[in-house]
Amino acid sequence: MSKENSKIPVEKLGTGIEGFDLISQGGLPKGRTTLITGTAGSAKTVFAAQFLAEGIRKSNEPGVFVTFEEHPAEIRKNLLSMSWHIQEWEEQNLWRFVDASPQPGHETIESGEFDLGALLARIEYAVRSIGAKRISIDSLGAVFTLFNNATLVRAELRRLSAALKGMGVTAVMTAERTQEFGEIARFGVEEFVADNVIILRNVLEAEKRRRTIEILKFRGTTHQKGEYPFTVLPDQGIIIIPLSAIELKQRSSGMRVPSGSPEMDRMCGGGFFRDSLILVSGATGCGKTLMTAEFIHGGAKKGEKCLLFAYEESREQLLRNANGWGIDFEALERNNQLRVVCAYPESAGLEDHLISIKQEIDSFKPDRVAVDSVSAMERVGTNRGFREFMISLASFVKHREIPGLFTATTATLMGGPSVTESHFSSITDTIILLRYVEMLGEMRRGVTVLKMRGSMHEKEIREFTIDHQGMHIGKPFRNIVGILTGKPEYLNVESMDRISGMFQD
Amino acid sequence: MSENEKFLLKLYITGHTPRSERAIKNLRRICAQDLDGRYEMRVIDILEQPQLAEDEKILATPTLIKVLPPPLRRIIGDLTDTEKVLLGLDLLPMELKL
Repeated sequence: MSKENSKIPVEKLGTGIEGFDLISQGGLPKGRTTLITGTAGSAKTVFAAQFLAEGIRKSNEPGVFVTFEEHPAEIRKNLLSMSWHIQEWEEQNLWRFVDASPQPGHETIESGEFDLGALLARIEYAVRSIGAKRISIDSLGAVFTLFNNATLVRAELRRLSAALKGMGVTAVMTAERTQEFGEIARFGVEEFVADNVIILRNVLEAEKRRRTIEILKFRGTTHQKGEYPFTVLPDQGIIIIPLSAIELKQRSSGMRVPSGSPEMDRMCGGGFFRDSLILVSGATGCGKTLMTAEFIHGGAKKGEKCLLFAYEESREQLLRNANGWGIDFEALERNNQLRVVCAYPESAGLEDHLISIKQEIDSFKPDRVAVDSVSAMERVGTNRGFREFMISLASFVKHREIPGLFTATTATLMGGPSVTESHFSSITDTIILLRYVEMLGEMRRGVTVLKMRGSMHEKEIREFTIDHQGMHIGKPFRNIVGILTGKPEYLNVESMDRISGMFQD
Repeated sequence: MSENEKFLLKLYITGHTPRSERAIKNLRRICAQDLDGRYEMRVIDILEQPQLAEDEKILATPTLIKVLPPPLRRIIGDLTDTEKVLLGLDLLPMELKL
């Protein structure tokens, strides 16, 4: 076998854990042992169990779960919340427990030399009896607490590791660590157990918990480096968000779709591109939700399916507002042309929001999607978490090859950039600015297409008005400068002439 | 504990290794010295009957389980430390216990 191994590169076993196979470039090294370390509450046991559960669900591969900590009955019960029916799998010989958890009344007396041969024999028996391909051992630290002699335990674990290799199973072992950053695991287990180490973290950052996974090493094979955020969801378990592992491979088409406003279509040189991301930025109340509604309406008129995520208004408010602009969202929903998802940003973490957005898109299969507003999410996570959220959301929507319209609220009334913009502008294809313009003691509204990749677009700032029929884009502001900086200034006719004269001979 | 109470002892081993043989020999010696025929001793090889080890949740070998008389006790090791074995079998007076 070792002769084969020296020639064939390390094969990988797809785990089936969402996102993991991407960041690990194919899964866990096949036939080897991988150590999963993390502090208390870092989802080690979930990872260990999910490794087996996905094997059963996705490739019908039986698995053995060796538990040193929790009693099997507890594990069965806890994992039922993930909809993993372990008991049924046990009956079908797809899952087997090796129960090495502390037994009440089993306090033992040590007299002379011993080894963990019985444990090894039981594991081997379990693996052989169901033909297991995967094995999870949770957790190594607990083994040390069972026996006084740490040296012996260490030697025995090394023997176990070697035995697992002989059985041809792909193994996951968990181990505790006391700090998020520091030694890899307690008792130095990583030194003798595994060629492969994965670290799960659950870091408190600015009062928010952020879970990440990092593949520290895979001996003899490649993987993505660095930390990736993940979340643990009921019914699904661990879902990893493979940020930078996302490939920029979406196709690009020249196909245009209506923006919902004929004037806006003209400003953009014929509508939005079908597979583009549009960022609409503006201060509060200057018409972002309206543009969103127009965008939805424009799609619906063409018979498209639209999905709207609203994070600033309740459903009722949104329907009422849309009605005020002459757009009947309820009728569209009845026709199954629209789905409105309203959520309070604080109701979940960013990772959870991201996953629920993905799931809505996957299940509704919209032809266009709008998020009003993405900047509401800034409140929920850390700066870094938010940036990851935006990038991940953007690339996900792009992969669907559907237009996505996102709105962002600027911090100040008269303009200026928002956090959302600075994180997001480079990955958006189109940026539309909505701005208040103070004119003769009156607040007017202006709109301009700041950028549009791959297309000519108007450079003017046009005035627009809002009435019961929606948005009306009118003439450009000709004699005002400084709208974007928030300090509009009038130019009288003479200075206008002078400026135009400057560029002529 | 009355004098005629019978001991049921199960010794779990993994194959007939020197350590297993040592445990068997030690147990026989202790039983002969202190139990004088009032015992039944079974040696179970886990390699042959792994399910029994699973049922008893045995991790280490050799493991000696005192099934009878109650309470149930487990002693792991090759039983070279006779005092510990006697302690585990409740054959030592209370004041000597560690």
